[in-house]
Amino acid sequence: MDYATLLQVLDATLRLATPLMLACIAGLYSERAGIFDIGLEGKMLAAAMCAGAVAALTGSAWLGLLAGVGGSLIFALIHGVTSITFRGNQLISGVALNFLAAGLTVLMAQSLFGQGGRTPPLNGEARFQPITLPFAETLQSVPVIGPFYEEVISGHSVLVYAAFAVVGLTWFVLYRTRFGLRLRAVGENPAAVDTAGISVKGLRYGAVLITGVLCGLAGAYMATALQAGFGKDMTAGRGYIALAALIFAKWRPVAAMWTCLLFGFFQALANRPDVVEAVVQFKVPVPFLTALPYILTVLALAGFVGRAIPPRAGGEPYVKER
Amino acid sequence: METSAYAIELKGISKAFGPVQANRDINIAVPRGTIHGIIGENGAGKSTLMSILYGFYRADSGQILINGTPTAIPDSQSAIRAGIGMVFQHFKLVQNFTVLENVVLGAEDGPMLNTSLAKARKSLTDLSREYELDVDPDALIEDLSVGHQQRVEILKALYRQADILILDEPTGVLTPAEADHLFRILKGLKAQGKTIILITHKLREIMETTDNVSVMRRGTMVGTVKTAESSPEELAELMVGRKVLLAVDKAPAQPGDVVLSVQDLRVRDEAGVERLKGVSLEIRAGEILGIAGVAGNGQSELMEALGGMIRASGNVTLKGSPLPLQGPECNGQSRREAGVAHVPEDRHHHGLILDFTAWENVAFGYFNDPKYQKNALLMDNAALRADTARKMETFDVRPPIPGLAAKNFSGGNQQKIVVAREFEQDPDLLLVGQPTRGVDIGAIEFIHKQLIALRDAGKAVLLVSVELDEILSLSDRIAVMFDGQIMGTRERAATDEKELGLMMAGITGKGEAA
Repeated sequence: MDYATLLQVLDATLRLATPLMLACIAGLYSERAGIFDIGLEGKMLAAAMCAGAVAALTGSAWLGLLAGVGGSLIFALIHGVTSITFRGNQLISGVALNFLAAGLTVLMAQSLFGQGGRTPPLNGEARFQPITLPFAETLQSVPVIGPFYEEVISGHSVLVYAAFAVVGLTWFVLYRTRFGLRLRAVGENPAAVDTAGISVKGLRYGAVLITGVLCGLAGAYMATALQAGFGKDMTAGRGYIALAALIFAKWRPVAAMWTCLLFGFFQALANRPDVVEAVVQFKVPVPFLTALPYILTVLALAGFVGRAIPPRAGGEPYVKER
Repeated sequence: METSAYAIELKGISKAFGPVQANRDINIAVPRGTIHGIIGENGAGKSTLMSILYGFYRADSGQILINGTPTAIPDSQSAIRAGIGMVFQHFKLVQNFTVLENVVLGAEDGPMLNTSLAKARKSLTDLSREYELDVDPDALIEDLSVGHQQRVEILKALYRQADILILDEPTGVLTPAEADHLFRILKGLKAQGKTIILITHKLREIMETTDNVSVMRRGTMVGTVKTAESSPEELAELMVGRKVLLAVDKAPAQPGDVVLSVQDLRVRDEAGVERLKGVSLEIRAGEILGIAGVAGNGQSELMEALGGMIRASGNVTLKGSPLPLQGPECNGQSRREAGVAHVPEDRHHHGLILDFTAWENVAFGYFNDPKYQKNALLMDNAALRADTARKMETFDVRPPIPGLAAKNFSGGNQQKIVVAREFEQDPDLLLVGQPTRGVDIGAIEFIHKQLIALRDAGKAVLLVSVELDEILSLSDRIAVMFDGQIMGTRERAATDEKELGLMMAGITGKGEAA
């Protein structure tokens, strides 16, 4: 593989890792607060449809983004009400929302546009365009680093950079702020938070809503930046890969970023079987590359990369007791 | 209003959960700067009352006065603001946080953590110096002993400037030495003018530490007395409503042949850590061997290995024939067939299925018993129900309804169901773990009598309990476990609490550390 091909793959890695990263960090907030969220997929799908539809109708990617976040928030709120207020089973709620999203998005897109459950192709202002970072042109002549900067770092949509900012911000929030301390505490031992006079429900709703916003960004990115419009099941299991990455990263933000980049790299490779074949000298089946994130996660869960201990109160509704 | 002599006054507090009146017209006044005991049986309403005071529940009626000022306490935040701190029986700590983070949680100074943590670190140093409350601020909670975790809970309350400290059953998990340390801390706090409410069912602690004591029974306040003018007998009678035999009445043991012989019993846990490090002991017919020790020093593993619940290595013989410690033959069923009855330490996890009825629970472990079979295919449920009804009567289980789900009985009656099932099987060896944990005084008295009766009937009894008083009053011989080993075995008559307490802390009778 020559340097130019490597850069292409890395460039694709960044683009493909972005929705994973946003969804993974989204899940991190919810799960760190003790609410398991298997519904990342559904929220992304809802956001992608809303973003695609509104961007197509208004011609503005930003309004699309806003709508995407809104759509995802509605799903997050339903999950919050069922699992926090009504103490329902969080896995069932998440699965139900995934099914609901899978059907509802296609239905709505079909009734709005009548194009077989897709939204019309987006172009121009209705789509987030690549941003060329400063000096990308001038640095191009610098060997090795120049092309890397120009090809891999520069030339992505604003949401890609936002995803990395979200990672940094999340690390700071989690470990350096009062909110982060309480968030981590409520996922480990809600009774400790409750007896300290802090509202367990308030914190958990806050976390679930943040999850909604970030899933909204992830879904909107899918429809208005990575691709040009919403299509049936376009998230293609990214919500589950993000969940797998979250487990692999042991619920830590920076590790989550690296994991998502790794999983994004696998996806990029799955798109370029020719490159893989050239490197390893034999034909690797594409499904194997697609399955790699899951295989790695199973290995992680089996304890090969140290123990992955989920937040202790995860999945359990908090019932006040003496 | 600062002139009021009372830190807390509760006037006419009532609280009902559905049809259950947990608190009925409770009046209590706690003078400032005193240690005030609250005793009562399980379900007497002590915890409910304290939960109302800490804002966990709202009273249906009544008034709370803090330092003479009527105060509404709708949530824990208001309780903290009113200067009330609570140390729960089950600590409310985040296991993978540091001491510092736990102390700061909920009492941060601003949205950023660094300043809060720095401030807390400083005042923690001051507090620990002032009250003998030394803990490492950077240690993770999960690495601390229970005694230290409890100190963190007290520090949490003090950091929030609590003037009134409520402790709910604080000594249940402590060694005698740790408990003494705790009471020294409490007396130090009292000397600083803090008011302390101590909820406990241990009369000895009440007598040793409190100034006044209030007794609750079935949701009502029976009375408040000055501790110095009362006696354990009087308090027990107030609690139960009738005269209670505090001391266990028993004749000297008449030990017969060796029933159980254990040689070099070893158990490893899932992580490969050795939990039992070569335990050897013998129990004869007609004697009770008590195992004393702080929880977590291998007692549970000993019981479970003997009960066939976990794998072990070593040699165990029952009346001369070996019991399997490995392989498929090692299970609770075969143990019972061999004549080993087992009252597990944790009745909710190992003793009962809470959603099943009493008669179904009575069948557990014995459902292959011929007397419960109708024919080759079907069980005789009618016989089982009749048998359960009979056992419930013998063991005074209330209500005596075989069809009632186990979860609907009180803790004491649940335990009686387990005890009835195991005691009535006429075993050669009885393994009894924490027979009276969470059981009220009346039921304790009953279970103790039954244990002595079994002993007198020539059974061998292995008793594990974290309650040293229970071990002392029931056992004929006492073995102390520490760190997976037996520190020593003493004749009951030849030892005392002090010696056993030292052994429980890993120090042998001769003074050297193990």
